[in-house]
Amino acid sequence: MSVNSRRVRAIFRKELREYRHNGFIIWTMAIFPLIFLIQPLIVVFALPASASFPLSHEHLLLHMLGIPAIVPAAVAAYAVVGERQQGTLEPVLTTPIRRQEFLLGKALAALVPSVAIAYAVYAFFLACVELFAQPTVASALLRGPDLLAQLLFTPLLAGWSIWIGIAISARANDFRVAQQLGILAGLPTAVVAALIAFNVIHATLGLAIGLAAALLLGNRLGWQIMAAAFDRDRLITGTR
Amino acid sequence: MDGQDGILELVGLRRRDGDGAERQPSAGTPAIEVRHLTKDFGDRVAFQDVSFEIGYGEVFGFLGPNGAGKTTTVRTLGTLLSPTSGSATVAGFPLSPENGVEIRRRIAIMPESPGLYLRLSVTENLDCFADLYEAPAPSDRIGRALQAVNLADRANDACGTLSKGLRQRVALARALLSDPQVLFLDEPTAGLDPAATRDVHQLIDELRRSGVTIILTTHRLEEAERLCDRVAILNTTLRTIGRPDQLRDQLFAKTLTVRTLVPLPDPGGVFVGLPAVDGWSQDGPASYVLAVSQSAVAAPAATRALVAAGAEVLSIDQSHHSLEEVYLELIDQDQEASRR
Repeated sequence: MSVNSRRVRAIFRKELREYRHNGFIIWTMAIFPLIFLIQPLIVVFALPASASFPLSHEHLLLHMLGIPAIVPAAVAAYAVVGERQQGTLEPVLTTPIRRQEFLLGKALAALVPSVAIAYAVYAFFLACVELFAQPTVASALLRGPDLLAQLLFTPLLAGWSIWIGIAISARANDFRVAQQLGILAGLPTAVVAALIAFNVIHATLGLAIGLAAALLLGNRLGWQIMAAAFDRDRLITGTR
Repeated sequence: MDGQDGILELVGLRRRDGDGAERQPSAGTPAIEVRHLTKDFGDRVAFQDVSFEIGYGEVFGFLGPNGAGKTTTVRTLGTLLSPTSGSATVAGFPLSPENGVEIRRRIAIMPESPGLYLRLSVTENLDCFADLYEAPAPSDRIGRALQAVNLADRANDACGTLSKGLRQRVALARALLSDPQVLFLDEPTAGLDPAATRDVHQLIDELRRSGVTIILTTHRLEEAERLCDRVAILNTTLRTIGRPDQLRDQLFAKTLTVRTLVPLPDPGGVFVGLPAVDGWSQDGPASYVLAVSQSAVAAPAATRALVAAGAEVLSIDQSHHSLEEVYLELIDQDQEASRR
């Protein structure tokens, strides 16, 4: 099956244009990163220099992987049910677009802004820690392997979260319900990231490689499974 | 409509785009061929055992009451829904999931609800669809499609700010973007004012002239009568199909209504035995209805007989049944049958 890049790009561009005008999506993209940014910043600024030793045994920054675990699912939840509610799904599906292209365009449109926001928030957090936290605390927090993990896992987690969001969106009849379910579905992944961050699950290279491979596979399978389960009849007529 | 030249150029692009050989319809094959097609949703039958053919360049009307299965038929032929049984060929391709993309490349569907992205501008909407259809020179094509529906001056307006009629026109422009061989129009004039309706009718005429096959679903029977070469009346099953005049002749006997100044003393003596007159009845003191087989033969013969009988003739009118009467007659028959 070949993917037509022009059709994928058409959906991608259209989605980004729609996000720009959709206050609900903008709000979703803004509020969760802020939650993940402000509270930890306050905690880090309040840490004394003596806290640097316990910090050096944890991977606190990894808790920010909650952003790519939750935000993309909430955005992707709009993908299918949003089109259905607007009555635009039928005209789109009458074009030569394949379901794989439609889903890929939707997924990329959720992925690109989500990953960009996650990286931007992360960069802002690092800059704040570097500039305003105790130097010993900053050096305990800012470590190469954690930075690498953040860079690597952000798109992988976002991709996984998006396929969950799209799966919910394809079954839901209401966008708001889909979004709430999407956020709930992203929570387990965020919890796993938090458990690793607080060293409840011990982070090792093997674990990182294993998780990355699992997420890669999950993303690939997510696309295939969603394409196979994309039921035009049900989506057009609303029959169960 | 000011943009008629734009339409001709727009549909003419098919022949100039370079892949003409692939997209030209083969001679002699119908644009759409449907054989015993059925679609049900569990216990509910949307349409059943429907068979018909539509030729290239034909305007074909789909009539029927609400819930008769018209939209579902269009969606099925447009590969949006899969049929439960039966077969069909659309634009030369057998209706199957494998041929979905090839069929959708050659058709366009304008659904009953315009289905526009209301937050986006008219151009942004069309831009997306031009890419989905892989239209060559998309900006140029969008410009001409907008001209064709008289919306060039609203190109940058958000669709959400347009009236229902203008949204309908955007949806029509969108359907033209793909340069379709077969165009499905589901209630294209619903919600349009008379001037806009006239424009859409002119547009359909132009598209017909340029060889586009049009399947028109409508509740406006006068619209179907004016535009369609043939019509089908669907009420879950296909009730009838044919040219509007054929359907009238099939369903209603031809009659002549004769009115005289004073009642005829012996109407039987005047009307019985006239060529092409099969019988007569009185329809008022000085009004007579003649059942005829050929109006062109019966009318002059009746005139001569009346004059010979010394009658003062006020009028001789040929009966005219509209498509609406045909439609209502068939639907009433169905309702009576279902009551029994």
